Amino acid sequence: MLDTLLAGVCQGLIWAVLALGVYISFRILDFADLTCEGCITLGASISALLIWKELNPFLSVLVAFLAGSIAGTVTGLLNTKLKIPPILSGILTMISLYSINIHIMSLATGTGGTANLSLLTFRGNTAYAQVASLLGLGRVYSSLIFGVVVVLAVSGVLYWFFGTELGCAIRATGANATMCRSQGINTDLTKLCGLALSNGLIATSGALLCQYQNYADVNMGVGSIIIGLASIIIGETLFMKFQNFYMKLTGVILGAVIYRVVVAFVIYSGMPSTDLKIMTAGIVTVALALPTIQKSIASSRLFKKARRRENGRREGGGENG
Amino acid sequence: MAEIMLELRSVSKTFNPGTVNEKKAIDRVSLNVRRGDFITIIGGNGAGKSTLINAITGVFQIDEGEIILDGADITGLPEHKRAKHFGRVFQDPMLGTAPNMAIEENLALAYRRGKRHSLRWGITSRERAFYREQLRQLELGLEERMTQKVGLLSGGQRQALTLLMATLIRPDVLLLDEHTAALDPKTAEKVLKITEELVRKDNLTTLMVTHNMKNAIEYGNRLIMMNDGRIILDIDGEEKKKLTVEMLLEKFSRVSGSEFTSDRALLS
Ligand SMILES: Nc1ncnc2c1ncn2[C@@H]1O[C@H](COP(=O)(O)OP(=O)(O)O)[C@@H](O)[C@H]1O
Ligand SMILES: [Mg+2]
Repeated sequence: MLDTLLAGVCQGLIWAVLALGVYISFRILDFADLTCEGCITLGASISALLIWKELNPFLSVLVAFLAGSIAGTVTGLLNTKLKIPPILSGILTMISLYSINIHIMSLATGTGGTANLSLLTFRGNTAYAQVASLLGLGRVYSSLIFGVVVVLAVSGVLYWFFGTELGCAIRATGANATMCRSQGINTDLTKLCGLALSNGLIATSGALLCQYQNYADVNMGVGSIIIGLASIIIGETLFMKFQNFYMKLTGVILGAVIYRVVVAFVIYSGMPSTDLKIMTAGIVTVALALPTIQKSIASSRLFKKARRRENGRREGGGENG
Repeated sequence: MAEIMLELRSVSKTFNPGTVNEKKAIDRVSLNVRRGDFITIIGGNGAGKSTLINAITGVFQIDEGEIILDGADITGLPEHKRAKHFGRVFQDPMLGTAPNMAIEENLALAYRRGKRHSLRWGITSRERAFYREQLRQLELGLEERMTQKVGLLSGGQRQALTLLMATLIRPDVLLLDEHTAALDPKTAEKVLKITEELVRKDNLTTLMVTHNMKNAIEYGNRLIMMNDGRIILDIDGEEKKKLTVEMLLEKFSRVSGSEFTSDRALLS
């Protein structure tokens, strides 16, 4: 039981980095960016390749971040320079990344068409293994500590960044691009910055995930955008009352952790893990539909009330006539 | 210091050229705006007033003509690069502010209009005191609500805030596009009063589009009427001071050869 819980938290902390990235594109920039699905795999395959080449695993995470930023920039350029709608821009990059990721993984094995990379032979050389031996703790607790440190660092940097002049300009771009341009903000540039940061974080999450589970797979990103959104929605529901930016970031992080813990227990209870995606989609659908459902309930109540009043008036009119 | 602050030389703009929706929104418009002019602009719906303002601020590139600001040709500059010269207030109160950001954060963005956005902190405590002082002059009590989100403000409060943002650092030209049209009459009057105070305080060069003839006559030292993409009247100086609604209507029908029918709202 405890193991299931802790494993869920460990994974949740990794997915929290992705959720923060998705939060930047979907919520702050209001840009429905699907690059995510290819980008998490990009981070994983780059990190795996570099570990195969015996590079420092922490450095590989940094390289993954940079690669993710480039992918985000490409999506941004497709949208801002070529005027391709956000969703399509993201899909184009995502699809291209599929081929690119296979090329990256093939670089490690030397055989073309490699669709997954195992780190089992190098498992002593992942960030998690190194933190464990450094702290002299067991795998679970050291992963937990490492995860917490990473998430605190990332959210701290984000809190600082979105308080800077550039960060404020990016926030304003998502809220009101017309106003931004009239205030001299180059909204193409702020969009690019936001998307680069967002996808950098998503690739970072991919790199960590790959080192945590000791493998990278070209399909590991499928559905990741929905997991990111689910985390954001859970966080927003829990932290509805808070307006403060730091609390919003905390909400996203906790949302990811809660989501992963729930998933861990669902798997523990014997549900086949392949059914997880439809379960997640269901949760997100309900959460997204909630405002519409509430509205239609409210309006059908109003309608009934109006009809009752109308009937009443007609009856009253009959008496007078 | 040129006498002419803003000059339009035969500026034209056609939307959707070559399609069935082709529309020549402004047609060889020329205009000299002197430093310190407060020009009101009237004209029916679709006369090209907003298009003229958008051409000046660079929302789109014009098809023909030149735009000269304070002696410099700005015709080809993208919108964000011209922004430091202009203060803008839109008709839609939603357009001028970022609703998810605090009042003070919106002001901080305006305070940095046209500057590079660095990794320095987005707002300093020294600025806050300055903003508080500025907000107090609006007499709307916003100085007590500086950390609240702008999304919580009413339309009138937003327009007043947008006005303040437009003038926080002195614009070369202040451009107001029917900025009171979406407000109820009382609020509109208040926002107009604030407008006049801000303009007078800094002697700002101003173009104010309005749908209200009385306001167009009451405010400013010069009045322009547009019709079908052209400037058909330009009334200045003493003549402007003596102008009445009846005279304006009479002039309009003489110049355009038709009655001023486009909308009754103009008379209200
Ligand atoms: N972005 C646009 N695309 C197509 N047509 C436009 C656009 N903006 C304005 N128009 C058209 O140009 C004409 C002038 O519009 P506008 O300048 O908004 O008039 P107004 O004087 O009411 O502000 C109108 O016929 C309008 O439909
Ligand atoms: Mg208009």
